[in-house]
Amino acid sequence: MLAIRCRLPINSSRIVSAAGVITRKEQKRHASLTMETLNPLVKEVEYAVRGPIVIRAGEIEKKLKGSHNFPFDRVIRANIGDCHASGNQVPITYIRQFVAGCTYPELMKSSNFPSDIKSRVERLLSVCGGKSLGAYTESQGIITIREDIAAYIQQRDGYPSDPNNIYLCNGASDGIKTIIKLLMNNNLEKPSGIMIPVPQYPLYSATLSEYGAYQIEYYLDEGNNWALNIDELERALNQSKDRCVPRGMVIINPGNPTGQVLSRDNIENVIRFAHKHQLFVVADEVYQENVHLPGSKFFSFKKTLMDLGAPYNQMEMASFHSASKGWHGECGSRGGYYELINIDKDVRVQVNKLISACLCSTAWGQAVMAAIINPPKEGEPSYELYKQERSAVVNRLREKAELVGRLFNSVEGVQCNPVMGAMYAFPRIELPKKAIEHAKSKNMAPDAFYCFQLLEKTGICVVPGSGFKQSPGTHHFRTTILPPVDQMKDMVEKFRTFHLSFLREWK
Amino acid sequence: MLAIRCRLPINSSRIVSAAGVITRKEQKRHASLTMETLNPLVKEVEYAVRGPIVIRAGEIEKKLKGSHNFPFDRVIRANIGDCHASGNQVPITYIRQFVAGCTYPELMKSSNFPSDIKSRVERLLSVCGGKSLGAYTESQGIITIREDIAAYIQQRDGYPSDPNNIYLCNGASDGIKTIIKLLMNNNLEKPSGIMIPVPQYPLYSATLSEYGAYQIEYYLDEGNNWALNIDELERALNQSKDRCVPRGMVIINPGNPTGQVLSRDNIENVIRFAHKHQLFIVADEVYQENVHLPGSKFFSFKKTLMDLGAPYNQMEMASFHSASKGWHGECGSRGGYYELINIDKDVRVQVNKLISACLCSTAWGQAVMAAIINPPKEGEPSYELYKQERSAVVNRLREKAELVGRLFNSVEGVQCNPVMGAMYAFPRIELPKKAIEHAKSKNMAPDAFYCFQLLEKTGICVVPGSGFKQSPGTHHFRTTILPPVDQMKDMVEKFRTFHLSFLREWK
Repeated sequence: MLAIRCRLPINSSRIVSAAGVITRKEQKRHASLTMETLNPLVKEVEYAVRGPIVIRAGEIEKKLKGSHNFPFDRVIRANIGDCHASGNQVPITYIRQFVAGCTYPELMKSSNFPSDIKSRVERLLSVCGGKSLGAYTESQGIITIREDIAAYIQQRDGYPSDPNNIYLCNGASDGIKTIIKLLMNNNLEKPSGIMIPVPQYPLYSATLSEYGAYQIEYYLDEGNNWALNIDELERALNQSKDRCVPRGMVIINPGNPTGQVLSRDNIENVIRFAHKHQLFVVADEVYQENVHLPGSKFFSFKKTLMDLGAPYNQMEMASFHSASKGWHGECGSRGGYYELINIDKDVRVQVNKLISACLCSTAWGQAVMAAIINPPKEGEPSYELYKQERSAVVNRLREKAELVGRLFNSVEGVQCNPVMGAMYAFPRIELPKKAIEHAKSKNMAPDAFYCFQLLEKTGICVVPGSGFKQSPGTHHFRTTILPPVDQMKDMVEKFRTFHLSFLREWK
Repeated sequence: MLAIRCRLPINSSRIVSAAGVITRKEQKRHASLTMETLNPLVKEVEYAVRGPIVIRAGEIEKKLKGSHNFPFDRVIRANIGDCHASGNQVPITYIRQFVAGCTYPELMKSSNFPSDIKSRVERLLSVCGGKSLGAYTESQGIITIREDIAAYIQQRDGYPSDPNNIYLCNGASDGIKTIIKLLMNNNLEKPSGIMIPVPQYPLYSATLSEYGAYQIEYYLDEGNNWALNIDELERALNQSKDRCVPRGMVIINPGNPTGQVLSRDNIENVIRFAHKHQLFIVADEVYQENVHLPGSKFFSFKKTLMDLGAPYNQMEMASFHSASKGWHGECGSRGGYYELINIDKDVRVQVNKLISACLCSTAWGQAVMAAIINPPKEGEPSYELYKQERSAVVNRLREKAELVGRLFNSVEGVQCNPVMGAMYAFPRIELPKKAIEHAKSKNMAPDAFYCFQLLEKTGICVVPGSGFKQSPGTHHFRTTILPPVDQMKDMVEKFRTFHLSFLREWK
């Protein structure tokens, strides 16, 4: 049996990216679950945001605790959109008071406990089994929360939203997997195809690999602020038709890793395209509350769909939101929801049946989402503090979005599109030919090689562009904009030094 | 197109059990997601615990709020193992204090806050990103929790447990789906086969339907307290070999819906059987802390495996535990974990990669699990109250387990095996021939027909045995033992009256 030493990432989705060694000795006789018998689709799955570079960063962090030879004393974790962990913010006070009150209502007897939060808690607990967050909830999620979400959507878009079309899930990721599953056809010869952007958030490629679906990749236009180009959409779709049955289309807006906030026109054209080809629209809108660039505005797919009128306003769609992003950043809660729009009645019965088998999503995540979607209102006791905390987070992100984009663009050989929204910068780097060849000789994506070097030499942990897919021949990496301003400035300076030295080394 | 009116359940996994009507008018032109194009495997999924009877119970509850003609004024919900909702218990104090402290540490400044819970909170938060439960955790779950779980397992079994083999998940259900997925082979002609007990908890049949896997059904021995009979296991496996590739075996101990607590001998024989046939063991042990019948004892599969020595102690296994059951009943938290035993190193890397794509399970569910697995110790401030609350729950369950079994056995035409463990009674009912024929003429499982009648006439909501599968020609239903003692007594008396009247009606 072939012994494979795989310590470095390999730029192919069909080869295992793993840090591990297989030897004959470790194989047990009669083992029932080995690499040979493991679900082949699981082997295809990759997720760079927690991939080999991040694993290596963890190893380095451990070594930094003892004596070491690294030219830095800490790892700067800029690989994952986690606001609390990265120091971008602390939890928003009223959210935690609300969840604590729901958890242990005794607390609310204290005179300190804000009365507006107390009423919100009582309203939620009154519809929970045994008035406890410890009861299973309805499979779609607690009714008052779904009502509040529907109200939020209605307020945002100006169109009615029905709580029966709202589904709370364990983070948007969980809901996305459920919806994509509906579109699968269980046909190995001509599987369902789903259009996904390139670059994309690798949950999509991972899920499609896991499901054995065909990934119809459409390239975002880097020269045009990562817009969706309809000719490109048509090209991608046409080229896929022999290999799959195209069923759906994923749009991430604001974009991840690319940070664009799509123009209204762009969204309208995408909707017309999806309608023409009868594609189910999967609108990943988890960053809808992260818009930074002055002049940018978030347009929801649903509102745009509805504004376009017939026949577009009858199109099927799922839109996702999350507790993990925005100004609240409660990643660990696994709060999230989707709205099903224009879904066939009988299909919806099937969805309800499918989700019922795992009973419900976490009631605590639902509570976090409840707090987020229905914040204190002006005049309520908690309003001033909430407003202050929220503004601080939003302003800080805005400041860093502008700063980071600008600083990267000031480094020779680096070009960075503006960070219009979301939480990331995705700079493009020109790599010397020699470096590219060297990487390929090691069976590594050139930007993965670059990012490993960056990590080993500066402690900066970012995710290589190859982890998100990108236009062939281009190289990028994704960094978050979440570390505090000083750390971000320091990080870009260290990066600048490293980059110039890398260019010299591989001239 | 055939118009199907499906208000009642149909006893076939290949026909949609749904309350809905399809008419031509509701079909939209160009709809991309309809019953025709929906993932065919999703259509196969059924989950009776929240199925049609429960949907009908919800409808009745709504009608009871207004003027109505029902001969009862409330629905008795005995369909789901939810301790808080059913009134079996209130949340355990220290658990909620712990989670509230983790949520909003400010609270712990109060002098009321128990110091032992405060240290536990501080220990947990110290390893969270930004010291916040709002940060993503490691994909396997927070390290201190995994250490505590490993210590719990080691204490329970007397064998070492490695935190790196512990995986926190969104309830055991989520972990079970992940593990079963590993065993799938992506081969439509001869899919992976998984042995599942009959009767079984319908998450298993639902998951196998969703995955397109083959369900190798082995009948539990009702005449022998629902034991596993090795001849029966061999029969089931042999009969399946042409149709599938047998890969794994699910054992639920204590059993659901059947409530047996397996003897040590039985477990040993099952292990030998699984070893002989190289089956991966899926040990669903979520009720390990629900043992009621004096003389019964929970033996963990892991300990038994290890005690048996070579070659059995090298067998691959996954064992599941949950925050939803036991004496704590925190169903809504979606806390749970699995231990992977003797798993191939490279497969484990693949598991880690697979779970990383959804980042992590809910940190709040992890916190609940942390509290449960490391309760207050003797001498600590919270100990006395915890001990008292825990004993009250355990004793109450024990009392009801004995009571419910005894009461059902006192009803003519009803036979109920002892409720040795878990949270359910699964009485067997003799149905008159006429009733059976009538049900079949309506395309309903006879016990589903019976349970619908029971619901409409008494307000009692239980789950028909057909929802769990059962020996052909037998009829059962599953009720929980969770409502308070008085309600349970009342429920069985109402049931007795109904049952005798049903026997008369269908004589």
